Amino acid sequence: MKEALENLKKLTALDGVSGEEKPVRDYIISRIKDHVDDYYVDNIGNLITYKKGTGKGPKVMLDAHMDEVGLLITQINSDGLLKFRTIGGIEDRVLVGKRVRIGENKVPGVIGFKPLHLQGSKERKGTVDKKQLTIDIGAKDKDQASSKVEIGDLAAFAYDPVEFGDNKLMAKALDDRVGCAVLIELLKQKYECDIYGCFTVQEEIGLKGARTSTFQVKPDIALVLEGTTCYDVPDTKEYGMSTVCGNGPALTVMDRTVIADRDLLRHITKTAELNGIPYQFKQTITGGTNAGKIQTGGIGAKVAVIALPCRYIHSPVSVMDINDFENMIKLSKKVLETLPASITLYREQGGKEYV
Amino acid sequence: MECGELLKKLSDMRAVAGRENMAAEIIAGLFRQYCDDVSIDSFYNVIGFKKGQAENPQNVLITAHYDEIGLIVTGIEDSGFLRFTAVGGVDAKAIGAMEVTVHGKEDLFGVIGVKPPHLIPAEDKDKGIKMEDMRIDIGYDGEKARELVSIGDVVTFNSPAQELMNNRITGKSMDNRSGVAALVEILKELQKLKHDDNVYVVATVQEELGLIGAICATYNIKADLGIVIDVCHGDMPDAPSDEAFPLDKGVALAIGPIISRKHTKECIKLAKEENIPYQIDPEAGDTGTEAAVHAVAREGIPVILLSIPCKYMHTPVEMVSVNDIVSTGRLAARYIAGRSKE
Amino acid sequence: MFDIINKLTQTFGPSGNEKKVADLIRDMLKDKVDEIKTDALGNLICIKKGSGKKIMLAAHMDEIGIIVSYIDKNGFLRFSNVGGLDPFVILGKRVIFENGTVGVIWYEENIDDIKNIKLEKMYIDIAAKSKEDAEKLVNVGDMAVFEAGTILQNGRIISKSTDDRIGCAVLVQAAMNQPETENEIYYVFTAQEEVGLRGAGPAAYGLMPDMALAIDVTATGDTPECKPMPVKLGEGPAIKIKDRSIIAHPEVKDRLIKCATENNIPHQFEIITLGGTDAGSIHTTAGGIPSGGIAIPTRNIHNSAEIVDMKDVENAVKLIEAFIRQ
Repeated sequence: MKEALENLKKLTALDGVSGEEKPVRDYIISRIKDHVDDYYVDNIGNLITYKKGTGKGPKVMLDAHMDEVGLLITQINSDGLLKFRTIGGIEDRVLVGKRVRIGENKVPGVIGFKPLHLQGSKERKGTVDKKQLTIDIGAKDKDQASSKVEIGDLAAFAYDPVEFGDNKLMAKALDDRVGCAVLIELLKQKYECDIYGCFTVQEEIGLKGARTSTFQVKPDIALVLEGTTCYDVPDTKEYGMSTVCGNGPALTVMDRTVIADRDLLRHITKTAELNGIPYQFKQTITGGTNAGKIQTGGIGAKVAVIALPCRYIHSPVSVMDINDFENMIKLSKKVLETLPASITLYREQGGKEYV
Repeated sequence: MECGELLKKLSDMRAVAGRENMAAEIIAGLFRQYCDDVSIDSFYNVIGFKKGQAENPQNVLITAHYDEIGLIVTGIEDSGFLRFTAVGGVDAKAIGAMEVTVHGKEDLFGVIGVKPPHLIPAEDKDKGIKMEDMRIDIGYDGEKARELVSIGDVVTFNSPAQELMNNRITGKSMDNRSGVAALVEILKELQKLKHDDNVYVVATVQEELGLIGAICATYNIKADLGIVIDVCHGDMPDAPSDEAFPLDKGVALAIGPIISRKHTKECIKLAKEENIPYQIDPEAGDTGTEAAVHAVAREGIPVILLSIPCKYMHTPVEMVSVNDIVSTGRLAARYIAGRSKE
Repeated sequence: MFDIINKLTQTFGPSGNEKKVADLIRDMLKDKVDEIKTDALGNLICIKKGSGKKIMLAAHMDEIGIIVSYIDKNGFLRFSNVGGLDPFVILGKRVIFENGTVGVIWYEENIDDIKNIKLEKMYIDIAAKSKEDAEKLVNVGDMAVFEAGTILQNGRIISKSTDDRIGCAVLVQAAMNQPETENEIYYVFTAQEEVGLRGAGPAAYGLMPDMALAIDVTATGDTPECKPMPVKLGEGPAIKIKDRSIIAHPEVKDRLIKCATENNIPHQFEIITLGGTDAGSIHTTAGGIPSGGIAIPTRNIHNSAEIVDMKDVENAVKLIEAFIRQ
């Protein structure tokens, strides 16, 4: 477990904004290459790994996405400031006053904002418009800025992981480096069923990588390992909290992209109860994950999502409970170990059936 | 045929999204002069194939959509006026007082009328107009109208293409007949060059309805590289400066998460070496073009996006520069010819 | 045919939970087709083998409903929508869970203007005394559907879930009539249409038909002060021209028109700007499958009392049989 947490911290410290996931992928390859039978990188950048099962069993895909939300430099102004667009869903207010690092050379910059003193009364009461924000790398003018960055460079939040409070971890990109860290752990042991561990790309910009991985793998069953919304702060009505930090890994019954397979969900909850592992249901029908694309790719698959509650998701200061992380690993392991024994799968009448 | 002349012909061609059978043969005829084989698939994508020189050639797939936005008749009133709705993204504000062609049992001339300002009450002057409240006047009574027009007939805008200053052409459907003109430029250039790879030049359908034609083409043709040619917003007052591009400064090459950075950088290098003007188009999301389809087709196709700046998109007076189309064609063709197996 | 319709509309089957409906249809068709199978999404695929064209006919088994997202300390249920729900339409309606528990949908009365009502401000009352009491009957994640009867009146059906159990009934009847043809026919009862046309694509991918038709419902323009629409109850099944998800393939549409005119089947044309159907996800499957649709005119779609005309239903069966035999 200590190793898993160390992996997670290292993973969040790496930059992998959608479209440029290589640093994260290279690190993951170094961690899993001695534990899998085969692996390759596909055309879009997914890392697809394969572990042969010890017995008969359905073909299982495990999905965790490597990419994080970030920024794309779109213009260098004459005064040396940089205009940008967000890659993935980042709320306007989250951007103000943050530190970023740009491009392969990690050029440091900050997102500035007009001081309160200089704001008119309307502005003070108003909101932030991300189209008006700029990144300042300290350059004097366009020429100087252009010597360090160019249009098309990607910028990631520049924040290091911090353990704090009662067993909590703060880091950028917990969505979905937690999934990646859990998947690395899962790939360390053998199971009865064939396992395809897919570290996918470009999830944050529209669940892209999962489409090509599903086309290649053609799974019977898929488990998506994610980070999910959590807003268990005072003033939120309990029914709007989505999940609660510390109540265990969260299972999705339904979100905007998928209705989880009932058989698979039942297997997960039974496994949790039998092994005394805490879990909760995600209590809002919001958000979307790769599960949606995996379920409807090709001839279809039975899918479910196991996710870690993360406060302040899609910001540089997302927070998770370390107990939840350890329970997510425990639960996923047990689910995979007992999978063939309890899932029924129909393809043809009297065809592929595992009871 | 010279590019500007071809563009005017393509602009005047009628092919509403979903009814491209109106024009598939015309495009096929255009391609036949330059290709080893031309076919039309079940959705009316027109596929031109040029064989590559290599022993084991890779496949390059170039797509540009030829469908246009238009209208479709939803009802015929007793008075003879036609109710209609949009096919693709048509702005109700931009079609008042327009001349149209209703493609019924025969092609009929029609007008989308507007209330004269004298008759609009003061409180309504600032209200937006809805398409469901607009009507096409074909000048017949209900009985005659019902003989000539059926529910489901499509309607196109009459906006004859014309040349303005600086080799710029304005008309309907520059989105994306400019792309089709660029495809022909590519084919013309490739005639003069040797290329290792097989080249599939596909004029696709129903892009305006959800990139449908590209979904079919990228599944059926196993490509190693995808090139998409579409239009991007041209420079206009009020447009954000990082989302709109000046005409005559060259083709806009997209850079962003779903685009192949490696191939785009190779293209930029080639453009610099050959003095072909280009601009950089940063795309943080899906691009809203067929590139999004190529990127995740089958096992994924590395894709680059070349966009021709077009002013006043989705209005009947879209405007492009012929020079930009020619440089797009030249760049794409030379890039393809310069590819050798890695 | 009323018996088939009644059984289908009254069977519990919200999106993602279609098993009971699938089992019912499997039972109805078991001796009428050559092969019946289920896939990973729960689609029910019934095959009548043949050597000619491969034709896929799809009707969706799932109905709209609600999903429980939270149970509060007093036993009231918070919920979200499964498929399209209008807050005004569901206010005060009775819903029923799979185990028979009944609830009533109401709203937080402390609201400044009822015009601003949203699902987040509504709850379901199952008459429980507390959270523990409620949890004996329902769990977070359970789904419920409208609780309403199915009746035949004036030659018309008033019922919940004719969207799309009437489409299923039409397909079941057509399959039972076993129309003579060399073509290979796939009667596909799809899952999860209401939440995003999810089942039909994978079903089509596994079958790779030459063409496909979606059998669904469409709205009418024949009620007081309604939006103008040419489709009217009783004037025949509507041949799909366009909906939000697809422009029907010209050849499929023309083939349907030919079948209707040659066999003197009354018919209308459907163009709608809101709402999509399974045809939308079938036609972009693999390399493209030419698709169209037949739509049964229906009033009050996505309400607990939808209305269809039996003449339209019977003519839809005739039209499908003619299409199959082509």
